[in-house]
Amino acid sequence: MAIKLPIYFDNHATTQVDPRVIDAMLPYFNEKFGNAASRNHAFGWVAEEGVEEARAQVAQLINATPKEIVITSGATESDNLAIKGVAAMYREKGNHIITQVTEHKAVLDTCKRLEKEGYEVTYLPVEKDGRINLDDLRRAITPKTILITIMYANNEIGVIQPIAEIGKIAKEKGIFFHVDGVQAIGKIPVDVQKDGIDLLSISAHKLYGPKGVGALYVRRKNPRVQLTAIIDGGGHERGMRSGTLNVPGIVGLGKACDLCRQEMAEETVKLSGLRDRLKNGIMGKLDETYINGSIEHRLPHNINISFAYVEGESLLMGINDIAVSSGSACTSATLEPSYVLKALGVGEDLAHTSIRFGLGRFNTVEEVDYVTGRVVETVERLRELSPLYEMAKEEGIDVSKMNWKTA
Amino acid sequence: MAYSDKVIDHYNNPRNVGSLDKKDQNVGTGLVGAPECGDVMKLQMKINPETRVIEDAKFKTFGCGSAIASSSLATEWVRGKTVEEALAIKNTDIVRELSLPPVKIHCSVLAEDAIKAAISDWKKKAGEEQTAEASATSAHS
Repeated sequence: MAIKLPIYFDNHATTQVDPRVIDAMLPYFNEKFGNAASRNHAFGWVAEEGVEEARAQVAQLINATPKEIVITSGATESDNLAIKGVAAMYREKGNHIITQVTEHKAVLDTCKRLEKEGYEVTYLPVEKDGRINLDDLRRAITPKTILITIMYANNEIGVIQPIAEIGKIAKEKGIFFHVDGVQAIGKIPVDVQKDGIDLLSISAHKLYGPKGVGALYVRRKNPRVQLTAIIDGGGHERGMRSGTLNVPGIVGLGKACDLCRQEMAEETVKLSGLRDRLKNGIMGKLDETYINGSIEHRLPHNINISFAYVEGESLLMGINDIAVSSGSACTSATLEPSYVLKALGVGEDLAHTSIRFGLGRFNTVEEVDYVTGRVVETVERLRELSPLYEMAKEEGIDVSKMNWKTA
Repeated sequence: MAYSDKVIDHYNNPRNVGSLDKKDQNVGTGLVGAPECGDVMKLQMKINPETRVIEDAKFKTFGCGSAIASSSLATEWVRGKTVEEALAIKNTDIVRELSLPPVKIHCSVLAEDAIKAAISDWKKKAGEEQTAEASATSAHS
């Protein structure tokens, strides 16, 4: 099969909308354009039907009930609603929140805002493999702790946290447990009952659905979670999220969840096979390449590799017909290398050389082989250009131990 | 980020990549930057002690495309110039030539530093400046 350039290997950033999802959405832009909140005519009823079917599809994917699904504009809003909503509702009970350092900014920055408002937040460290230590978590819990918020899987390194164990601890202590499930849902089994999750953030565009729509699962019993809304208005979504429903988007979210549920087992085998082929192809041909994060507890479609002595942005420039991301400072607005890799204890020199490969439903083995070849030739070319590689290989200098003159 | 055509050209066809014998009395070596900052440039020049003309220049760079382009351009510019002419090259000249955006200005600064460091190393070897050891100590403080 001929490959089409550029190739998309950045599926943690977003995914292509599945054509079947688009087909499901289209009627809701014109013939079924009604407002789902219009209770007194057929246009509203048809729209509401579409929304309710979607709600059930989302619920089924995570083993919840439809009434526990609150539609939002996406996972950033879901994270904000879950964390701020619990913090405000249970302020009397306590003011302490526990999270961890490699969370998405939607969680970290929400926690930082709450700190300014008088809440206390513990940011658990992670081990070298990217996972939190459960003893650290137990030790961090105080009588004032009202919420634990830990992501299911990380967006840069794909590392899966011990969610079921955390859920158990939270339950024992009577603390609510929120999970940012964005990267995991639809890719690996996520079960709010088995995992003991009380609040779960979902994004449509990470699972082959449209952008601008997501959901928050909010547990209704054992225990019932109440939230203070952060958007006021017409009282949609049981008062938890006002605003006219994005019906086509919601239908797309539902359809996307349904497809993921049906195809997950097969897709996992395919994607982990492609991922391993990519990893082995690249690492078999290049020396001094390092995987960042646990390989055992990892999403099937992710690999994050540091290419020692080759700066990430220059590598991206060399493989400009391939869409991937780098932990290099140069690709971020802050000029700081990835805080996730830093938290793992990856040195800044190696953090600058990291590339994240995120495979997806529409990638092929031909693409994997093409990317492998391009990455290998570009790394080899850039190492020829790298004074660090020369020092390490020809002069035997450990460049990480040199006394660099820094400004 | 969109790169200028000149940056892309230097990245794809870097000029004067390689190394000169750093033990050669007439070779000055400048090594600037740090891996944890994401940029390291090594710039070497072979200088004629009689005419003070830079007869050859080579570089190797660990860094982004703009860093590679800045050092590649620096080798092109210093070749055939005298030491004094090379020292007059300013980072702003490099910024202008390569149309570097503000976030990449540090790449041009590093290239200017590399030129100065290489010439300073040569001068030390020629006995025109204090010893390399003394200079290195002060640089690290």
